[in-house]
Amino acid sequence: MTFVRESFIVFRRQVRMNLRNPAWVLIGVMQPVLYLVLFGPLLKPLVDDFGVENPYTFLVPGLLVQLGMFGAFFAGFGLIGEWREGVVEAERVTPASRTALLVGRLSRDVAQLFVQALILVGLGFAMGMRAPAGGVVIGVLLTLLVGGACAAASNALALTTKSEDVMAPVINMVMMPVLLLSGILLPMTIGPDWLQRVSDFMPFRWIVDAVRDTFTGDFGTSQLMWGTTWAVALFGLALWWGTAVFRKENA
Amino acid sequence: MIQARGLVQTFTTKQGRKKVEVRAVDGVDLDVAEGEVVGFLGPNGAGKTTTLRMLTTLLRPTAGTARVAGYDVATQSKQVRQSIGYVSQAGGVSSYARAGDEVVDHGMLYGLSQAQATASGQQLFEQLDLRGLWQRTPKQMSGGQKRRLDIVMGLVHDPTLIFLDEPTTGLDPQARANLWEHIGRLRSERGATVFLTTHYLEEADALSDRVMIIDQGRIVASDTSENLKAAVSGDQVDLEVADPTRLTDAAAALETIADLVEVDGQHVRGRVSRAGRAVPDLLRDLDRTGIELASIEVIRPTLDDVFLTLTGRSLRDAEAGPTDQPVLEGADQ
Repeated sequence: MTFVRESFIVFRRQVRMNLRNPAWVLIGVMQPVLYLVLFGPLLKPLVDDFGVENPYTFLVPGLLVQLGMFGAFFAGFGLIGEWREGVVEAERVTPASRTALLVGRLSRDVAQLFVQALILVGLGFAMGMRAPAGGVVIGVLLTLLVGGACAAASNALALTTKSEDVMAPVINMVMMPVLLLSGILLPMTIGPDWLQRVSDFMPFRWIVDAVRDTFTGDFGTSQLMWGTTWAVALFGLALWWGTAVFRKENA
Repeated sequence: MIQARGLVQTFTTKQGRKKVEVRAVDGVDLDVAEGEVVGFLGPNGAGKTTTLRMLTTLLRPTAGTARVAGYDVATQSKQVRQSIGYVSQAGGVSSYARAGDEVVDHGMLYGLSQAQATASGQQLFEQLDLRGLWQRTPKQMSGGQKRRLDIVMGLVHDPTLIFLDEPTTGLDPQARANLWEHIGRLRSERGATVFLTTHYLEEADALSDRVMIIDQGRIVASDTSENLKAAVSGDQVDLEVADPTRLTDAAAALETIADLVEVDGQHVRGRVSRAGRAVPDLLRDLDRTGIELASIEVIRPTLDDVFLTLTGRSLRDAEAGPTDQPVLEGADQ
């Protein structure tokens, strides 16, 4: 009970800080809209080559996962600023649970992602996407799990490096292969064999495929099983890492 | 209130390619009684902040034990955290958040209800002259106001033991004097025990009942500022003799109460322990023998003299060049 209360205090503070800077909120909302409106039409003529029926049913799940990953990857940058101002230390000297300090922040990232996901899915339906309601719910849940994992990892990385200059290249280094090997914008199946084999080792590819399957209503696929397993595993791992860093952070 | 035995903290730093282990704190024993105001004095990098971070549960000691407010810092950290207030060098309030919101959230993390935290915060705003700044952000405050806000954060849950890390660093003299007044009131009005670190001699002098001097990770002295000064060097008495022919007589007279007497031009100088008591007799003596003085000056020793005597370096030198110790990044931040 105290854990929930402490997480909520941290969460409320974070949301308040975000709302005080509406530019970020606006950018967060615009991002998915721009992708859908400006990139969706490009995909339309290529749909037949991929073997999918509806471009938006293909594109929206990919954008969802991308939003979850990349929005959350940048969550840690705010934490470096907070650390520099002594906020993290001030919170660590209170009896509050270290996990709550992290979970409160993750909750903000996940809440923000949830709002973005709703906009994206809503807009997708408006533009002609067809997907079963149950599938959309599961797909969005998977997205939130991935977003939470990436946000936790980003926070942990932030407190480990304590420097934007170190963190930015690290994130870029991680992001490039993730983006290229996950089949977010174009399906991996149109690539050569070796590229597909490489992408088999990319957890996010399985998650993207899993979310796609939920949107087309295929709930029995191995992709969905693997994607869900990866999402849960990544989330657990990142949460453990983040908590360890909040507990130990020493400088 | 605080009992620490054999506290050690080691860090590994890189020197070129080699990893070197540095003992930032090297076996610190300290005791602080309830209601005491203790100044922890030392140059930058001496281990002040590292010691403080161990006592406040932010850093786990490599070796040694400490009980703070009756609880063990390693095994009962939650209870320690609940009982103490800590104001770090960096403060702890986000520049873009409203001061009042931050104070209330902070109080709530200590388990206060929103109403309790608000009431306690507003009362502290009154006491620390921050009236009307509840809705402001630190960006819109002066350095002194910001620092007082940091102290409000540390006090919101009404702790009986308060740690202040370099409370007045970076403040102008007026703001510093003002903050000293507020810190002095922590004890007189709240009955709190205060443990503060500083590298300002005047600050340790002005605020603390007792000064602990730390250098290179070890405590080298612990006593009242008065005793430290008296024990170490005594006061310097400087006589300016009006008639140059009587210089040797004046020196002989001074020698009866002083050590290390030296003659320098018209001046005769010597070190006298507790000059306030000895000098009236000296003056009568000089008067009786007809030695006329152009001036007399008694210079009280400073804590810098104490530091110099104890460590062989002045406090300023110690800060300028950590000669045999690699610079510890982050260890004393």
